[in-house]
Amino acid sequence: MSLPAELPYRHGKPLLPSLMARLRRVNIYTFIVTSVFALLALPLIATLFYALATRWGASLTPDALTVKWFLELWTTPRFLAAFGRSLLVAVGALALSLLLIVPVVFLAHTRYPRLDSVMNGLILLPFAVPPIVSSVGLLQLYAGGPLAIVGTPWILIPTYFTIVLPFMYRALANSLRALDVASLMEAAQLLGASPLKAFFLVVLPNIRVGIQIAVFLAFSFLAGEFVFANMLVGTRFETLQVYLNNIRGASGHFTSALVITLFVFTLILTWLGNRQPAEQEMPADDPDEALTTTMTDGLPVPLPSAEPEPRHTIHQSSDSAPRGDR
Amino acid sequence: MSAAFKRRLTSPVMWLLPFALIFGAFQIAPLVWVMVSAFKTPTGWGLANFHEIASSAFFRQAIWRSLEISFMSSVLGLAIAAVTCHSMHRCGPRLTRMMIAFTNMTSNFAGVPLAFAFIILMGANGMLTLMLEHFGLLEDFNLYSRTGLIVIYTWFQIPLGILLLYPAFSTLKTEWREAASLLGANRLAYWQHIGLPVLWPSLAGTLTVLFANAMGAYATVYALVNTSYNLMTIRIANLVSGDLFLQPELASALALVLVVILVIVTLIQQWLMRRSYHVTSR
Repeated sequence: MSLPAELPYRHGKPLLPSLMARLRRVNIYTFIVTSVFALLALPLIATLFYALATRWGASLTPDALTVKWFLELWTTPRFLAAFGRSLLVAVGALALSLLLIVPVVFLAHTRYPRLDSVMNGLILLPFAVPPIVSSVGLLQLYAGGPLAIVGTPWILIPTYFTIVLPFMYRALANSLRALDVASLMEAAQLLGASPLKAFFLVVLPNIRVGIQIAVFLAFSFLAGEFVFANMLVGTRFETLQVYLNNIRGASGHFTSALVITLFVFTLILTWLGNRQPAEQEMPADDPDEALTTTMTDGLPVPLPSAEPEPRHTIHQSSDSAPRGDR
Repeated sequence: MSAAFKRRLTSPVMWLLPFALIFGAFQIAPLVWVMVSAFKTPTGWGLANFHEIASSAFFRQAIWRSLEISFMSSVLGLAIAAVTCHSMHRCGPRLTRMMIAFTNMTSNFAGVPLAFAFIILMGANGMLTLMLEHFGLLEDFNLYSRTGLIVIYTWFQIPLGILLLYPAFSTLKTEWREAASLLGANRLAYWQHIGLPVLWPSLAGTLTVLFANAMGAYATVYALVNTSYNLMTIRIANLVSGDLFLQPELASALALVLVVILVIVTLIQQWLMRRSYHVTSR
């Protein structure tokens, strides 16, 4: 593509060239991106319309618009209970994950550099093994015997820990690497702090933003997890996704309202997770080494500018994690 | 507190133990259990479960259909994602940023809600179905068929593909294209000699990830067709939690077949990568 010749600058640009320029800007590429955007948005838009329609027979247009389905959903005790259960499991899983992962990631970046490469190998497991395969083993292992936790939320919490492990580890590792944690610890200990004290007073406050981002994003896809919830626990502890699957027979408008509610919830969490400005370039985390090499090579480095910088650096760090179908 | 106890408390290994325990019990142990019990037979040990899978037309069909739908949807998803990523680098930063944010959100929108959204959009009385039939553009589209599943799978592959490929497309420098066209290369030649060789590792890697993602997908299909469509994941789930009599050993064997397929695909990809001409970009 050749560059368009610059028009000599004049006050009050003539109408025609500016129109032409605008048309030229709406090129094939913009068209492609917009169409894919529309394609991806289509199911969501359809569901939103359906959730807002009073009645929709076999016609092209709804009879009227209403918010009654949403109100009905939000006042249904069973929905609220399921929502509460989902929150409970997610909070439990995230608390457990932080408790278990933070010490490991910290030690891997201060004392045992070899541990980091071991961990980078280990965290590929949750990626590589489909949940359905894990749940076959989990069902057999914990159905009876000393740890009979199948059918209770207690099996979901550690299982969800394995789901969020890969990208939580990556997110925290990135924060620590950006911080140069080894020198920080050294400085703190020179000033007389014990390693524990140094960790809690110096390192933790510095990686708080990283932890926050990881937590929000982990939350957003734990809310969408269905396979483990349905296979290991099912209706005995009905989480949101299981509830949605169980009310299949209910009014389509009602279920649409639930789908939209779930999506908006995810949206808010994703937004909260990405609200903070990206502080450093984060290499994409990816289950594939070959990919990561090419990815980390050419990541766009945000330029310091007055406007908020593009956030995609942070997105990639977190979001190759969600597998399409959980 | 005694000094020895204090030292033990700050001993780093103690901080790694809880992680190792939970990870071992909930990630590694189930996998090991699957590997071991797959070879368990009523009379002892052996390949009876695998023999049963291989000799049953029903299981063979499940494996074949899983492979087919996964392959089709990954290739389609990858193609659309690649074209989109290329276009994103050629249009305004605002649109690109919006697109990235949106793909992030939709990449989490999978499973049961997605299946419902598709029923509303393309089910028997779906909006799009009705609209297309109204204009006579559609004979009979069945969401609950092979084509329908490929459509839905492709839909959830696109965001993932875009997120994985987008950085790779940033490595293509504008100067290369300019240099190529100065040397008289047309678009086709540019892609053949520069673009694709540079992107090839990322494309192959992304294809593998998408394929694995589709092979392991369960929630979407289950919510859509329950157990009426014959796929590997549906069969596995049915053997351990179905309404019929349960056969956990057979489920393990089928799960192991699934894992082995994923491993083989990954190995093939790695092998191709090693053979391929690798470009390092600075």
